[in-house]
Amino acid sequence: MTERMLPMAKAINEGLRAALAADPKVLLMGEDIGTLGGVFRVTEGLKAEFGEDRVLDTPLAESGIVGTAIGLAMRGYRPVCEVQFDGFIYPGFDQITSQLAKLTYRHEGDQSFPVVIRVPYGGHIGAVEHHQESPEAYFAHTPGLRVVSPATPNDGYWMIQQAIASNDPVLFFEPKSRYWVKGEVADDGVPAPLHQSRVVRTGTQVTLVGHGAMVAQLLQAAEVAAAEGTSVEVIDLRSLSPIDYAPIVASVHKTGRLVVAQEAPGNVSVGSEVAATVAERAFYSLEAPVLRVSGFDTPFPPAKLEGVYLPDVDRILEAVDRALAY
Amino acid sequence: MSYTEATVQLLSPQGSLIENDATAPYLPLIRDLDESLLLDFHRQMVVVRRFDIEAGNLQRQGQLALWIPSLGQEAAQVGSGYAARTQDHIFPAYREHAVGRIRGLDLVKIIEMLRGLSHGGWNPADTGNFHLFTLVIGSQALHATGYAMGMRFDGVVGTGDPEVDAATLVYFGDGATSQGDVNEAFVFAASYHTPQVFFLQNNHWAISVPVERQSRTPLYLRPAGFGIPSVQIDGNDVLASYAATRLGLDAARAGEGPRFIEALTYRMGAHTTSDDPTKYREDEETRFWSERDPIARYEAYLRAQGVGEEFFREVATEAEDLAADARRRTLELTDPPTTKVFEHVYTDAHPLVAEQADWFAAFEAGYEGAAE
Repeated sequence: MTERMLPMAKAINEGLRAALAADPKVLLMGEDIGTLGGVFRVTEGLKAEFGEDRVLDTPLAESGIVGTAIGLAMRGYRPVCEVQFDGFIYPGFDQITSQLAKLTYRHEGDQSFPVVIRVPYGGHIGAVEHHQESPEAYFAHTPGLRVVSPATPNDGYWMIQQAIASNDPVLFFEPKSRYWVKGEVADDGVPAPLHQSRVVRTGTQVTLVGHGAMVAQLLQAAEVAAAEGTSVEVIDLRSLSPIDYAPIVASVHKTGRLVVAQEAPGNVSVGSEVAATVAERAFYSLEAPVLRVSGFDTPFPPAKLEGVYLPDVDRILEAVDRALAY
Repeated sequence: MSYTEATVQLLSPQGSLIENDATAPYLPLIRDLDESLLLDFHRQMVVVRRFDIEAGNLQRQGQLALWIPSLGQEAAQVGSGYAARTQDHIFPAYREHAVGRIRGLDLVKIIEMLRGLSHGGWNPADTGNFHLFTLVIGSQALHATGYAMGMRFDGVVGTGDPEVDAATLVYFGDGATSQGDVNEAFVFAASYHTPQVFFLQNNHWAISVPVERQSRTPLYLRPAGFGIPSVQIDGNDVLASYAATRLGLDAARAGEGPRFIEALTYRMGAHTTSDDPTKYREDEETRFWSERDPIARYEAYLRAQGVGEEFFREVATEAEDLAADARRRTLELTDPPTTKVFEHVYTDAHPLVAEQADWFAAFEAGYEGAAE
């Protein structure tokens, strides 16, 4: 197996290139993704390589992008849409939740809708309003959609190809604060299944679960905890719908304590769902209530206050301490 | 009422062919038609109207949760429906029963949907590319535009081969023209030069809201701002509907880009069986439009052309047979199995849905066991 060091943006770019090369039915569509290569340059060079009928600079209309992608999927294409920023997905919400998510059911399986919607999401980039949100729970709540989020360049490379190969609609949430952090990318080998969660650090006393950019924070918190003598296990969810609970439940059987962390507001969130399900499945193993560390239930604040809003290592460790205090 | 100087009409309300400069581009298309197709226009309008009445009766008798009548809009639908070629794809709203039948849809499929047995559930590959009804107003316009983009990418536009060149035909109403999705579809269609005809049935009412609330200008004028050529026709004139759609689809398939047709028609009945139009509209208006009934007008034309009584008797019998068959088959419909809840949520295997399906099966089995 050969490995290279790539930032996630570049790794996803290479994953998209591989998918475009492997299947002539794969199309990319979105605002500024062609000539410019996307505002984050994730699609850089792809229009030049594959042409304007494979990499479409679309009109500025999110519902239009998703709605026409649905029509293209009916025609046999596998469109990959880019929504430029998390907070700009809502104009496309109806086409995603009322159409894309339900059309396979409405057709009773006669048609599939292999549409991927890429969404750069999350904070830590000091941007203006609507550019730092974490809207994944809306889509994880919607039957008919699959929702995933890579935390590493390697997952970015492989999971985007797996999402495109999926015969179902996939919301692909890219943690934009991790776009330029390098990591090892394996060029070959067998990737983990798209919907598998993964233990990324083993430990014995507390289990930490998160996804996307939060995984790096959890690993950092685990380092600090280890220095203080606490052994923490970290699990990267990778998939938010469906959620692979087996590694989480197995971990809680071992540690007895669970902290779930996310940038999104906590009320009715992915973290809430993990907490409820683990309470159902591992009740007798729990030594403490499952604790959530989340963004506050406020709008995402002005950027100078994002450090207040976003959970950091200190807030994660505070929850670890509370869990251990039971 | 809403007719303008630009309205293309080939048949007068009295049923005579209008020959002037405005109709000159369309009349050759009518003159070229086989007599059998001219007769089918009438046959289809009459039998679908009879079916539509029967379905409404079935709803009133408790057999359907809802019916969506198409009464009064038969000419707009039948003319445009016959203008499409086999390889074209039709994206309906939810009232285009006649278009569905022309393309090969078994109308009982619509009854199944409105009886609560499915959300549509027909396969467009089996219904002459007549896609599912869409209930969120205007959403299908974008699907039709995306499909047409795919036709262009596939190179089935402008080849000159009548067996190959294809287009999409999308239906929507006057209310839908206010929706963002319909306007975004115009933008994408113009931008990507899609092979596509937008067919607006302006039936003057979006449930209780008159078309004047949707637009202060005649709706056929709007597409000009998007760069889409448009025409306004008398939608109760089946020949105008056929000819205008033929020209639009021919241009679209030839690679000339999208076209827009506003068909002026009238929803003679309620929006659905849950609606009560006496609360919001005047008898005078309904009378105006009943004097322009699409079937009476076309029947007068056919009789003037020498079509004999035997044909009209035969059509009446066919209509009664269709209604009786629909009633019989409706009464034979059975509820779907409970497992249908969990099927086809996804194409690929999905653990959460599978787990819930298994749980529900065990839950039900527990009750069965308790009853024994």
